[in-house]
This record gives sequence, structure tokens and C-alpha cells, in this order.
Amino acid sequence: MSIWAGAETRLLVQGITGREGSFHTRQMLEYGTVVVAGVTPGKGGQRFEGQVPVFNTVADAVRETGANAAVIYVPPMAAAAAVIEAADAGVPLVVCITEGIPVMHMSRAMPFVRSRGVRLIGPNCPGLITPGTRTKIGIIPGNICSPGRVGMVSRSGTLTYEVVNHLTRNGIGQSTCVGIGGDPIIGTNFIDCLNAFQDDPLTDAIVLIGEIGGTDEQQAAAFVRERVTKPVVGFIAGQTAPKGRRMGHAGAIISGSSGTAEEKMAAFEAAGIGVMKRPVDVVELLRKKGVNPGEG
Amino acid sequence: MNLHEYQARALLKAAGVPMLDGDVASTPTEAEAIARRIGGTVVIKAQVHAGGRGKAGGVKLARNPAEAMDEASQILGMTIKGLTVHKVLVVPAAEIATESYLGLIMDRETQRPVFMVSSAGGVDIEEVAARTPEKIVRLPVDPTYGLFPHQALTLAFVLFRDFTQVKAAARIMEQLYSVFGGNGASLAEINPLVTTPDGRVVALDAKIVIDDNELFWRPDLGVLRDDSAEEPSEAAARRANLSFIKLDGNVGCVVNGAGLAMATMDLVKYYGGEPANFLDIGGSSSPEKVINALKIITADPHVRAILFNIFGGITRTDDVANGIVAATRQFKVNVPIVIRLTGTNEAEAIRILNGVGMTALSDMDQAVERVVKLARGAA
Repeated sequence: MSIWAGAETRLLVQGITGREGSFHTRQMLEYGTVVVAGVTPGKGGQRFEGQVPVFNTVADAVRETGANAAVIYVPPMAAAAAVIEAADAGVPLVVCITEGIPVMHMSRAMPFVRSRGVRLIGPNCPGLITPGTRTKIGIIPGNICSPGRVGMVSRSGTLTYEVVNHLTRNGIGQSTCVGIGGDPIIGTNFIDCLNAFQDDPLTDAIVLIGEIGGTDEQQAAAFVRERVTKPVVGFIAGQTAPKGRRMGHAGAIISGSSGTAEEKMAAFEAAGIGVMKRPVDVVELLRKKGVNPGEG
Repeated sequence: MNLHEYQARALLKAAGVPMLDGDVASTPTEAEAIARRIGGTVVIKAQVHAGGRGKAGGVKLARNPAEAMDEASQILGMTIKGLTVHKVLVVPAAEIATESYLGLIMDRETQRPVFMVSSAGGVDIEEVAARTPEKIVRLPVDPTYGLFPHQALTLAFVLFRDFTQVKAAARIMEQLYSVFGGNGASLAEINPLVTTPDGRVVALDAKIVIDDNELFWRPDLGVLRDDSAEEPSEAAARRANLSFIKLDGNVGCVVNGAGLAMATMDLVKYYGGEPANFLDIGGSSSPEKVINALKIITADPHVRAILFNIFGGITRTDDVANGIVAATRQFKVNVPIVIRLTGTNEAEAIRILNGVGMTALSDMDQAVERVVKLARGAA
């Protein structure tokens, strides 16, 4: 079944008529994703591309179409409110692509999201993709992915593509790839993903792509040591990043002496995670852990 | 975005936090006038975004207006960690009975604003946190409700015994929280919060960092940005909507995506080179962004070779190729450029580059190895 995105996914798109929303909805449809509804307040009653019905509210869309997942492409200032609206409408999986949401907005949204038992992925993330069922929620390019049994979780976008590309070209397919986002406050962290991959019968091995800032990777490493029996390989971006500077992602900042790449790589090694020095090393390390092309 | 101390003071003062008198000066004469108005001994403090101002000679005592003028003329124009001092803050030299620390940060782990208070104030709180973490009391605040009065009181009791001082400090906690929440700060601290010999509780120094994501809808905060306090190339990049950080190496990097940009820098190092910068051109790249990126990177005289590393997803690689071609037509790039691109519209991008005699690689390692070699050869 892979994780969170699969054959059962009935997706609704918040901000479907916007510039980003319309572009990526077309891409998701082309890939094969079941997109059942769009939401843009004031444009209810229209049809996107002549096929996807557009609603004024998420609640309307869910009631009319049975949507069970939402992806958000609305501008930063309205994005946290869009997350709350989806959670309030009872959508169990909400994926927020939007970059640039004020952290205070997310801090206020999170207690509500949790109170509704919603799985939020992101914000500021590329979303997730399950190649086996051709289900894409977000913006990960479908053409670089291939069906297989390696689960992938990452804080980054294009760096994820780089690593996935190495896997695919070397015949190692993926069960699900999840981009959890580069913001300081995100709905789903590494541990949530590791836990899901560990329990997923269709995943045999896990690739974890982290970066500088915070301590999520260290906690992920501790979780791997205690709970994960499947092979894990990992990468940390930002080994050459200076201290105290925000490296693009709002969360990618070394504060004081904490959050450095060295510290995180050491935590990986101590947990038995194969540490990639370069993105290309993913193939070799997975092979060492017994993942072979074709089987992958 | 970091605020200067005088700007942070203004926000706190507007919220009612008791502070000593004081004002900001851009010239020695202004500093003298402020010192005269305040009377007595004053402290002249350089307003730059750098730690260790005191050690660098940027904080001085002046016993009278003439000395204030003299010290201000020394400090104004001096360079601290590469940043020129354009303003000084003039405040009375306080008599201090006790010093404590009061801070609020947006905490990743609890996903909430977290108060940190410590009776070990005046010093670097990170050092206190590292050496004696038990001396810092932490309290997460649920932003849905804000800081409850009993929470403010609890924190104040950590710092003081005297109930008048406890009440005063609790009030300051509430005021600090309102400044933090009301301005979308990621950090707001008062260090030190002092008591004077006559028992008053006063904020002596303040630091506020605003979440950059707030600035889009808060132009009133945006105007507080001091361009002269930034590396000029970084200010130029910000105006061009590029995420850029200058480093000390000689391999210029233009990458799409922050994670890939960091990984590219790391790979440059792996192959024996030194990155000259971090640069993320972002997702939706226009040719214009590429032109601006090249302008900023080529302005750095240390750059010996430039690497483009583009993994097309949302980013169209043909947009990037068009930008490279347009830039090299607009101005002469005197260092070699290595281009790696793969993904969306790759074939079209390669056709565009080949049309002007340029080539592109599709493998990241190959491209990095080549650019490092070129940078070394040219050095």
C-alpha cells in the first residue's frame, strides 16, 4: 500500500485556479493522480480543464466528492488558514506546498491540526509520490521516479530529485518519496515517516535526506536505532554552511554550535545508518545493505 | 531580519517596557547633544549586527558630553567584523544591583514560542545553556491563548523575591510576549534585565529578530531593514529575490533549491575546492533571475570559475539556459562557466546553449570536478 498516497487517494486541490495550483494540477492529472475536486472561494461551480469540479469551500468539496486528501497551493498569507480549513472539513491528509508562511501562523495552526488528528505534510515541501500507483500529491517530477521498494524521506526538494534520479537510473525503484519541508515548524517529521515505512510491507529500505539546523535528524537516528529493523542510508546537506546564517530554507540554520552537519552525521553513524558523502553514494550504500537493482 | 538594538528598544518601549532614557546618533555632535540631555556618565554603543561589540571597541563609557563626542567620533565609521558603524546608541550608564536574562524564541521542537528566563543575566545565554542548563527555566506558550497571567507570574518568581519586583517583571514578560507575537518575531530578548539600587526593574539591552516571512505583509517592519548593515552583494541578491550568502572560496555556485545548493557546496569541498557562495535561484526561475545571479557572483573578484547546477522540476532548464546566454551577451564573464542541467525541457536547454557554443553536462559529480579543476587552474 506504500505510505499515505496510493490507490485509495481522492485528492482535492486548494488554490486550483491559481498560477501554481493550475500548473501542478495538470501535472498531477497527467501522471495519473485521481484529482476529484478543486477549491477556490468565489469560483465554485466552475470546472478545471473541463473536468475537475471547483468548490467555494473544502467542506463542500468533501461532501460532494468524498475527497480524502488535500494539497495546498495558496499564497503564503492565506496558506495556514487553508490548512485549518482542510483540517476542519475532516480531510485526514493535508499536504501544504506553499513556501514563505510566517512561522507564527504555523505555530497557531498546529494545535488545531493536531486536535483534529490530521496528518499534515509540510509546509514548504514538494509533497509526496507513490510511483507504483502513479499517485502524486505535490510537485515531485513523476518522470524521475520508478516503482519499487525503497522509501524516501527528505527535508529538501531538488536534492530529493537528485537522489531519486540516481536510484531510478540504477534500477532501484521507490515505494513512496516524501518531502517533509524545510520550515522550522512542519506537520510531519522524519520519525513519523520512518515509523510508517517501517510498518509498510511494500518498503524494504529507507533513504533519509536531512540538512543542517535543529535536531530532527538526531532524533530520527535515535528512533532508527531503537525501532527500525529495515536498512537505512542517510545524507546531510550543509557540511560547508557557515554558522548563524539561514541557508535558504527557514529551518536550515546552525544556531550556536547546535544543528551542524558533523553532529548529525555522527548521530547517523552511531545508529548504524549508512552515511552518504555525496548524493551519488546512495546506490552503493543501498547495495551494501543488500538492496539490489530490480528488487529495489 | 535582525533589528538594531535601538530599533528593538523602540518596539519594547512602545509596548510599555521600562527602559533607561537614550537615543540614537549618526554624528558625534548628535551624540554629544544626547549625552548633554541625559546628563552624567553615558555609554556609547555601536549599532551593528555583530556579536562581541565591546571586545571590538564598539562600546565605550563617556563621563561628560565632550567625551561622548570624542568616543562617538571614534566608534562611528569603525569596522566591526566587516561591518561599518553608521549609528551609535547613547544611554545612561546604569547602576546595576542584579542582572537577569529574559528571552522568547520560536521553538522548533514544541512548535511554540518558548520563554527562557535565568537569573544568570548579562552574559551570553548560549554559554549558560551549554554549561549550566539548570539555570535556565523554560516555558512553552500556546499561541492560541497567549501568555496567561499566572505563567508570567511564575516566570517572574524565578527571578525575584521582592513582590513589587515580581509584579514589575511579570508585566515585562507580558509586554515582551506582545512585542514577539505582534511583530512576528522569531527571537526577542532582554539581556540584561536589571534591578537598579533603588529597586526598579529595567530593560537594559534588547535584541529582536523578525521572521523574514512576515515582511511581505508588514511593510512597517520592512523599513527597519538596514541595507548598510549587510554584505553589499547579499543586499543586492535580496532585492533581486535570490537567496544568497557570500562565502570565502573561489567557486561561484548557481543552484535551484536550498538543499541542492547546500549539497553542491559540499560537493565542491569534497572535490578539493572552496565554494564562493550559497545561491538558490528558487523554483520558478526566469532568465532575469539568472542574469542577476551571474552579476552578483561575477562582482566577487575571488571567483575563478562558476558552476550552474540545475535540476529541472518546476524550474525550466531552458529558462536558465536563456538566462545564461542573455547574461553573457549583456556583460563579459571573464571566468569559465560549467553548466550542469537535467530535467524539465533539458533538450531545448542544450539546443539553446549549443547555439552559442556552450555545452552542458548532465551529471553533478562530473560538473563539480570540472569546475574545481578550472578554478584551481585559473588561480
